[in-house]
Amino acid sequence: MTKTINLTLKIWRQSGPEVKGRLETCQATDISTDMSFLEMLDVINEKLTLEGKVPIAFDHDCREGICGSCGAVVNGRAHGPEKGTSLCQLHMRHFSDGDTVVIEPWRAKAFPIIKDLVVDRSALDIIIQAGGFISANTGGAQDANAIPVPQDAAEKAMDAAACIGCGACVAACPNAAVMLFTGAKISQLALLPQGRPEAAKRAIKMLQAMDGLGFGNCTNERECEVECPKEISIVNIARMNREFFKAAFFSEEK
Amino acid sequence: MQLDAKIPGGPIAEKWDRHLFELKLVNPANKRKYDVIVVGTGLAGGSASATLAELGYNVKSFCIHDSPRRAHSIAAQGGINAAKNYPNDGDSIWRLFYDTVKGGDFRAREANVYRLAQISNDIIDHCVAQGIPFARDYGGLLANRSFGGAQVSRTFYARGQTGQQLLLGAYSALSRQISDGNVQMFARREMLDLVVIKGQARGIVVRNLINGQIERHDAHAVVLCTGGYGNVFFLSTNAMASNVTAAFRAYKKGACFANPCFTQIHPTCVPVHGTYQSKLTLMSESLRNDGRVWVPKDPGDKRPSRQIVEAERDYFLEEKYPSFGNLVPRDVASRNAKEQCDMGKGVGETGLAVYLDFADAIKRDSKAVIEKKYGNLFQMYEKITGEDPYETPMRIYPAVHYTMGGLWVDYNLMSTIDGLFVMGEANFSDHGANRLGASALMQGLADGYFIIPYTVGGYLAGTEFADVTPDHEAFKETENDAQSRLTRLLAINGKRTVDDFHKELGLIMWDYCGMARNNEGLEKARKLIQQLRAEFWENVTVPGTGQDFNQSLERAGRVADYLEFGELMVLDALARQESCGGHFNEAYQTKGHEARRDDENFCYAAAWEYTGKEAEPQVHKEPLIFENVELSQRSYK
Repeated sequence: MTKTINLTLKIWRQSGPEVKGRLETCQATDISTDMSFLEMLDVINEKLTLEGKVPIAFDHDCREGICGSCGAVVNGRAHGPEKGTSLCQLHMRHFSDGDTVVIEPWRAKAFPIIKDLVVDRSALDIIIQAGGFISANTGGAQDANAIPVPQDAAEKAMDAAACIGCGACVAACPNAAVMLFTGAKISQLALLPQGRPEAAKRAIKMLQAMDGLGFGNCTNERECEVECPKEISIVNIARMNREFFKAAFFSEEK
Repeated sequence: MQLDAKIPGGPIAEKWDRHLFELKLVNPANKRKYDVIVVGTGLAGGSASATLAELGYNVKSFCIHDSPRRAHSIAAQGGINAAKNYPNDGDSIWRLFYDTVKGGDFRAREANVYRLAQISNDIIDHCVAQGIPFARDYGGLLANRSFGGAQVSRTFYARGQTGQQLLLGAYSALSRQISDGNVQMFARREMLDLVVIKGQARGIVVRNLINGQIERHDAHAVVLCTGGYGNVFFLSTNAMASNVTAAFRAYKKGACFANPCFTQIHPTCVPVHGTYQSKLTLMSESLRNDGRVWVPKDPGDKRPSRQIVEAERDYFLEEKYPSFGNLVPRDVASRNAKEQCDMGKGVGETGLAVYLDFADAIKRDSKAVIEKKYGNLFQMYEKITGEDPYETPMRIYPAVHYTMGGLWVDYNLMSTIDGLFVMGEANFSDHGANRLGASALMQGLADGYFIIPYTVGGYLAGTEFADVTPDHEAFKETENDAQSRLTRLLAINGKRTVDDFHKELGLIMWDYCGMARNNEGLEKARKLIQQLRAEFWENVTVPGTGQDFNQSLERAGRVADYLEFGELMVLDALARQESCGGHFNEAYQTKGHEARRDDENFCYAAAWEYTGKEAEPQVHKEPLIFENVELSQRSYK
């Protein structure tokens, strides 16, 4: 049943990339437990606007957990306390009356802050540009059923392909590593026969790009897997490492 | 203005091939001399940018998000149609064409729809080659499922995330072209206006959403792939940033807007539950494959669903449409749900919902099978409502989902402005008055991968271009206009927020220009919108400045356009004195409460031309000629 709760929010406010930020306290009153977390922020922003203050900036778009735009660290956890949930899918029924909620942006060297909770995640695009694709020009593909793909492989590829590119894995990792994100794309394409011709090149190029962007290394903390809103498994990191070693030892790619 | 759809001659099955041969080509070495701007990176824009770049054009690609991977195509759940006939159940290009024309209630252009059906198979081939992890059977071949408005299984899918996977495919192709230097990517840019020079679209003016700077970009052709306008209703299944601004600005520069009143209300959405609500969430139509829609037989029966036994339930879709059952097209399913709720048979706290029940399917196939098919959708439902749909039936209600109207385009997807092409949901062409499920992904990708690469080439090869740089007077003027609009919005300093206005507009649109319309209500809506618009420009408050990241300012510009556009929708609805597909005027219905078309007087696409600030827009009619599918009353019984 619907009820309302009151919360104390401590929200990271930072007016620009070069400005020093800080946690500001504000009260969230009469919050319906049916609201999503972002709808709660909407309510706060409406209030701030009417008070003549600058509302809190945060990225968001689809609000159904698939576009990967939103994300914040809530009480120390990327996308908040619920498992397999992006911030837009987190509902206020998971909080209790009187709670204090600390809301911070993703923190990683490779994700500079733009404003408040908004960060620059273009590093993720650069990793994909390095090799997260199959070089198939439009036109000329053979019939879609010409190459059967074992159902098991297709399912595993889909598990990896579910990544929404939100960056929570980086935010959750004590090293700010981007291995889960990169591993998911390398895995998806390595598992499919269509992706094999470029597998070696892809693994090497994507890892090189990753290393050059200021992300940390994986030390098997497994935080990424726990916080991933799509519950992508670190098996994909292992698969990436295998692909990388295979490429480095047995291919001519550099 | 005379609308010329430029439909090629000859039998319908040969038109596209013939046209491909007749289109002029650009020599490979000359392609790099042409700049093409693509606005939007959804399925249409992403695929167009990638393919045009593969061909050798200089592409400048723009998106409103931080990355070209986030457009709302990503949220499409159920699937993509193709006439492969892999299940051997009698499908064909002709049948897909027929179903789509009929599903659109005979308000789409036959030649375009046939081409779409033809290309559908190439899309699946290409997407598999790209590494899209479509669902497969045990033998490793592609799996299919059924969707509304069809009696064959022709829908390809990747769990409940088909749109995501197809979009990421287009994004990966685009990423490859970015890294090869063939596409210049401009993320976090919002198009504020189109630059037209000597009747040709030659560039755009955009706002850099990070630092607020206005930028000018020139090109030889501009391709708009900026999606639909469903957010005019405030509550819709669209993403928060989806807007009409780019299309509406193009309209004001001379591109006709066709059939704006054709909006799709999708039957299976999570019902509205509070005034703070920011958007609605769709539950894929594929759920209607296994879910059964019902309400209690007795109005006002408020017992929990499981206490209402079989004999006390009304499976109204199965009852009324025995051959299509729960898989009737969206407009039909939505109207019937509304009808049941209007009779007092709605369920849940608000009474504005019907049940979608999986109990029989779980009993028949096991929970594991249902979970494999729809797991992520069930999970999504549970997150929003806190209820477990494996145990209790889902509650669903129709919500605004897709807009069939859009900028008018000819067979080449070019608008009434030379060099301005429009694709995907932003154009009006292929879905008539109602879009069938799993057809939007098909259309977006058909436009981007397989149509625009040829038709843009045909235009560029056959057109003389003057030298234009961003210093041109027209760019300066357009930038000044855009800038003064932003300055004006920031200076009002009124008492109501942007969202507050948007919500009020949304309610007006939903009440009077939504699932059912009547002339009196539409007239009233028009006045209400005019009043609200006047108040907006006097009483809105937009905090912050124009020189930095300012989401309130972004929204203000979009709502300002919606406040004008909403009136155009109402005008179009008033002008179309018939019912068809998603446009249901209560005065025109059959005895069984189905939409009653008037083919004698309204068998046309209505293309509205902007004629100035104070003047009424002028309507131009493109007659729709049905030579291959006989005009008939749609029947799904």
